[in-house]
Amino acid sequence: MTTEAADTTEAPAPGDRTPLVELDAVSKYYGNIRALEGVSLEVHAGEISCVLGDNGAGKSTLIKIIAGLHQHDAGTFRIEGEDTRLSSPREALDRGIATVYQDLAVVPLMPVWRNFFLGSEPTKGVGPLKRMDVDVMRRTTHAELLRMGIDLRDVDQPIGTLSGGERQCVAIARAVYFGAKVLVLDEPTAALGVKQSGVVLKYVAAARDAGLGVVLITHNPHHAYLVGNRFVLLKRGTMSGSHARDEITLDELTRQMAGGSELDDLRHELERAPEPDLKEHGDAP
Amino acid sequence: MSTTAPAPGKPATDERLLKTSPLKKFLGRPELGSVVGAVAVFLFFAVVADSFLRAASLATVLYAASTIGIMAVPVALLMIGGEFDLSAGVMVTTSALISSMFSYQMTANVWVGVGVSLLATLAIGVFNGVMLIRTDPPSFIITLGTFLMLTGMNLGFTKLISGTVSTKSISDMEGFSSAKDVFASTITIGDVDFKITIVWWLAMIAVATWILLRTRAGNWIFAVGGGEQAARAVGVPVGRTKIGLYMGVAFGAWVSGQHLLFNYDVVQSGEGVGNELIYIIAAVIGGCLITGGYGSAVGAAVGALIFGMTSKGIVYAEWNPDWFKFFLGAMLLLATLLNAWVRKRAEATK
Repeated sequence: MTTEAADTTEAPAPGDRTPLVELDAVSKYYGNIRALEGVSLEVHAGEISCVLGDNGAGKSTLIKIIAGLHQHDAGTFRIEGEDTRLSSPREALDRGIATVYQDLAVVPLMPVWRNFFLGSEPTKGVGPLKRMDVDVMRRTTHAELLRMGIDLRDVDQPIGTLSGGERQCVAIARAVYFGAKVLVLDEPTAALGVKQSGVVLKYVAAARDAGLGVVLITHNPHHAYLVGNRFVLLKRGTMSGSHARDEITLDELTRQMAGGSELDDLRHELERAPEPDLKEHGDAP
Repeated sequence: MSTTAPAPGKPATDERLLKTSPLKKFLGRPELGSVVGAVAVFLFFAVVADSFLRAASLATVLYAASTIGIMAVPVALLMIGGEFDLSAGVMVTTSALISSMFSYQMTANVWVGVGVSLLATLAIGVFNGVMLIRTDPPSFIITLGTFLMLTGMNLGFTKLISGTVSTKSISDMEGFSSAKDVFASTITIGDVDFKITIVWWLAMIAVATWILLRTRAGNWIFAVGGGEQAARAVGVPVGRTKIGLYMGVAFGAWVSGQHLLFNYDVVQSGEGVGNELIYIIAAVIGGCLITGGYGSAVGAAVGALIFGMTSKGIVYAEWNPDWFKFFLGAMLLLATLLNAWVRKRAEATK
């Protein structure tokens, strides 16, 4: 079972291969609200596609479409070259798309091993004696986490006692173990410190090296540029840029992400702003 | 990277894990508060009430505990799943009324009524569950609605059919004695009489614990209560799990209801109101979190035992039974404080 993920590593030469997931001019409307319009994205095996955007740019809507929580209203959504319309998260999982949400990844009060297998528990026995294979679940959890480089002391501890970064890593390890071909990560580093973000990015890279296609949603261009192969920029529901790694520098990515000319305006405005009266408050401790 | 992976056969122990003593392990269990409370209550009444320690008294205490426990155990599972059932108390009466009246009006054999009652009671559970997952309001409101409707129907239909607020006697009907054997008989061990409800109670504890700790369904119950969105996202059938939990409560109500009927022969249609809170309190004393995701069936059973000891202990101590409510309130508060502390420890995140 542990080789499932590794099987996908023999990726064919680039250029002539079908993307694992491909969005082509996909749009989504909630009533009269345009949440997403004309967004295109390609995810290849062994690559990381980053989706960058500010709050309200449509990142969550994009995830929900890929994860099967919502259906797109226009454009095409292909999984391995096949036109698709996912009806549920379960269907997305069955087609090999695993989504790791920032806050929703795990149930905090449950032990790590129960969380690891949640929804896909292995069983043994038949009839009324059909039960979870607890030994296998415990051992596999420990071994799989170790494989991702997380050496857990006790798989029985509630997952809520792990740090935010560790929890993300458990969720990623879970997706890799269950043979996901595409991993969608929703702002995995948003609530983390610098060091923990580094740890998570390491596991994202490990998942990539295991042959998975990764969609990394983030609003941090520095994190994205560290690991990303392609970058899609979203702005107010539309695609404001799409670049391969060798077409763009980190500075340019940061500038576009921050709004480019808007940032210049902001700087201009801040310079002109009247200086706050520091003297009056200077005495305060 | 698969070639260097350690075999999953590697034991999940670690030198950094200090060997935890059984005592320390027990301190982390949800049943902790209830067991400590039960021991305290037991010692208290053993000291203040002379007759409390007699075998016959203890059998009476167990009987009182079992009648609550048969319901408290499935209610606890439901609470771990993050929901309430305020209709649980009157559902017991409804179930008894259906058996009695269907048998009396429609057939000659009470077992037919008992079977119809099982189906009808389970249907009420399904109704609660489906209403909950199809609509948005909290289970508190949905089952409050069911509670009121059942209360009204119990009285209304009974008056309509039998003309009074209680059912007609069915003790001369075929099958009554065999049904009484199953639901309301007495087992004599030595010279002490134990009610069969104790057996039902123990069986329900065993089955509920098995489901909760060792089956996929148990994993899902913890998950839908502890993090419904996360559970949904990894493909747990949230709706089915919740409907199943409501059906569990309905099954408990059916067993309790049949006991009422075959123990007393007639059923008072106004009974059961207020009992739903007793079940919930027993579950909370037993370590179930009001917010879901944590608790145990054994804890709820111990909670019911505390109820049984307190209600009968006060009688044996020859006190005014009004003090029962005071004890209950104090136990509930203590249990809730302890639960809050447990949760804080378990959820020490970030």
